Amino acid sequence: MSTSIIKPKHQRLVLVLLALAALIGAGLLASFALSRQASYFYIPSEMAAHPPEAGRAVRLGGMVQKGSIKTQPDGVTIHFVVTDGKAQIPVQFTGITPDLFVEGSGVVAEGRMDGGRFIADNLLAKHDEKYVPREMKNMTVTDAKQVVAQTK
Amino acid sequence: MIAELGLAILWMAAALAALQLIAGALSLRPEGAQIGGLVRPVAVMQGVLVLISFVTLITLFVMTDLSVKLVVEDSHSAKPLIFKIAGTWGNHEGSMLMWVTIMALAGAVVALIERQLDERTLNATLAGQAFISLGFYAFLLFASNPFARLPMPPEEGQGLNPLLQDMGLAFHPPTLYVGYVGLSIAFSFAIGALVTRNVGPAFARAMRPWVLGAWIFLTLGITAGSYWAYYTLGWGGWWFWDPVENASLMPWLAATALLHSVSVLQSRDALRAWTVMLGVVAFSMSMVGTFLVRSGILTSVHAFAVDPQRGAFILALLAIDIGGALILFTVRASTVTEGARFSFLSREAALVFNNVMLCGILGIVLIGTLYPLLTEAYGVKVSVGAPYFNPVAAIFAIPMFAVMAIGPLLRWRRDRLTGERGRRVTLPIAICAGVVLVVFAGVEAVAHHIGILPALGLAIASGLFPASFLPLVGRNLRRTPLPVWGMVIAHAGIAVSLFGMASESAFSVERLAALTIGESREVGPWHVTLDGMMPVAGPNWTALRATVSTHYDGGAATLLNPQAETFINPPGTRNESALQTRWNGQLYVVLGEQALDGRWQMRFWWKPFVPLIWIGGGMIGFGGILAMVGRMLSDLRRQIAKGKIAYRRMRQGR
Repeated sequence: MSTSIIKPKHQRLVLVLLALAALIGAGLLASFALSRQASYFYIPSEMAAHPPEAGRAVRLGGMVQKGSIKTQPDGVTIHFVVTDGKAQIPVQFTGITPDLFVEGSGVVAEGRMDGGRFIADNLLAKHDEKYVPREMKNMTVTDAKQVVAQTK
Repeated sequence: MIAELGLAILWMAAALAALQLIAGALSLRPEGAQIGGLVRPVAVMQGVLVLISFVTLITLFVMTDLSVKLVVEDSHSAKPLIFKIAGTWGNHEGSMLMWVTIMALAGAVVALIERQLDERTLNATLAGQAFISLGFYAFLLFASNPFARLPMPPEEGQGLNPLLQDMGLAFHPPTLYVGYVGLSIAFSFAIGALVTRNVGPAFARAMRPWVLGAWIFLTLGITAGSYWAYYTLGWGGWWFWDPVENASLMPWLAATALLHSVSVLQSRDALRAWTVMLGVVAFSMSMVGTFLVRSGILTSVHAFAVDPQRGAFILALLAIDIGGALILFTVRASTVTEGARFSFLSREAALVFNNVMLCGILGIVLIGTLYPLLTEAYGVKVSVGAPYFNPVAAIFAIPMFAVMAIGPLLRWRRDRLTGERGRRVTLPIAICAGVVLVVFAGVEAVAHHIGILPALGLAIASGLFPASFLPLVGRNLRRTPLPVWGMVIAHAGIAVSLFGMASESAFSVERLAALTIGESREVGPWHVTLDGMMPVAGPNWTALRATVSTHYDGGAATLLNPQAETFINPPGTRNESALQTRWNGQLYVVLGEQALDGRWQMRFWWKPFVPLIWIGGGMIGFGGILAMVGRMLSDLRRQIAKGKIAYRRMRQGR
């Protein structure tokens, strides 16, 4: 171990280089991890056309199809169908649903594909007029009426 | 009338900020020395005016003046008084006015009390502060006027989002804002010191209490916000890596690094350029956070109404302030002379190492927070969560915890770990490292289903906790200065909090159930029974309240009352969870909806040692407070001593 005090010029240089190395390391590590860990957002037709690999965390956004919410006998698991008017994806969710989770309204489900079914860990529904998941904003404005009309 | 008065006073305050900037800048020139005398009084006056303006807005909310647009959008006459007041900053315009108010008040306090720094650097600092404030004044006056009137006052206000009608809201945003804005003072000091090329211990001594104060407020604000989210949102989680949480974490990380490096600069006159750089980075992170929150470009429970124009405005402010500061730094950094040197085995080196690790974590969080924005520009929507943040941040955090245990035991400037001295440092550290290994091996052997990160967390926390107290060994505890106690308690708080986090993710038991009245379930060591359901009414809500009796391990029954509240103005619902706290953890109960067959959905968690997360956070903040009090006492003692000397001299007729 070096206990000598380094020359003035060198010390500053060494510090700068170490800090740079750490920050560049952090950046590389971050971009590597992000390419593996970021969860992508799908709408049902995209998910039907190019399903993500099973087990990969993704988000699915669409409208809850009318008449599709079915509560399972355990009382806390529900099955429902998310649609964008072109494709339907069956979803399973175990837990307490958000308050504004109703048929015919928008939802973003976080979870993964398992077989042909999407297993949701979490549901994000519209909270009120001001608090809407961002992905749903475009969707609800443009597609909502049309989709709801189609799925009635 | 009151609204117009508030707006007029706000304009006056903005004009004074302009004067403060011009006078401060002119006073730096040799012929402008006289005008420099203006800077302090103007800064104080600006603070007073903007405070009056803010009080005006609070008055409008308390009176529920429905001709004011902001009051209509965010308040309601039937709301409890405390939430009328808190509603003032529960919205975009009001929170920006609060930001400017705190900023101007902080500037006023600097102008009033700072006497040790040379006058030129102080004037440059206050000019810098005025420059940042002016940007926010412009933002308020041109893009988000809180006092705007409506042509036709409606019958009633729209009310405040139910989630925000909580005591947490009354304290969480102001606490964080004081933290953010305290960092603006550190930023201004850094700018002032760069402008006058006066980076040294005097500058550090002036800047340190602001950094420390801001850091204490950020620590407590984040801790309180986390606990608030935990019990209000009903999701059972305490940290979601939500962009807005990250927006408060990033300034905290930068401020933690800054706090340590400014201490080195103050006592050892080393790390000059590094400290200035961190001062710039810390406030930049506050600004980035404000941009993320206020522009509404990120999905978040905190996002207020989206307005692209406001986003662009804050982005422009961000570019001007941070870009300007970085250019100034680049131009002047080479003229900041090298500070005192130190060896690789010294307390300074340990602090530098942890500074770099903190910056690494900061980079990880920043990249993860901005990445969704970046990909969205290319049409790909992604979200980034715990699977990214936890492991990647841990890569930097774990070496940091190790150095945190050793650093405080090392000597300043140069240390030698040989002979007797070596044994005194390495032996206790080796014991603590042994504890880490034993706990890790134990956890892996007994419960190998626990993930690697929680297991590491439990192990490191168990070793770090005793290691935090090592700096006290061999000291006379009564004579140990308060700042040392502060450091010890804050470091131990990190270990306590880490233990809580790891334990929560390692041992939590979750049970979802649909219960009929009278039915029971087992949740970990708990036996819970749904006893009944009853409607109740509050001032502006109605609710269904469940009565749940709980027995811990066959013990006596305790009743819990989770409720699902329905708000009328604005329409909305909120799940109020019920918590049962024991020394070894918390039982968390949420009431859901009634299923079609009449059963009630309920969600239970048993979270061992989860309160340690916030107890640790509180310890960290308390450590900061001790350091602050210690400094104030020693300042006071110095003042008294000076006074005595002056008095004796006077008596002796000198």
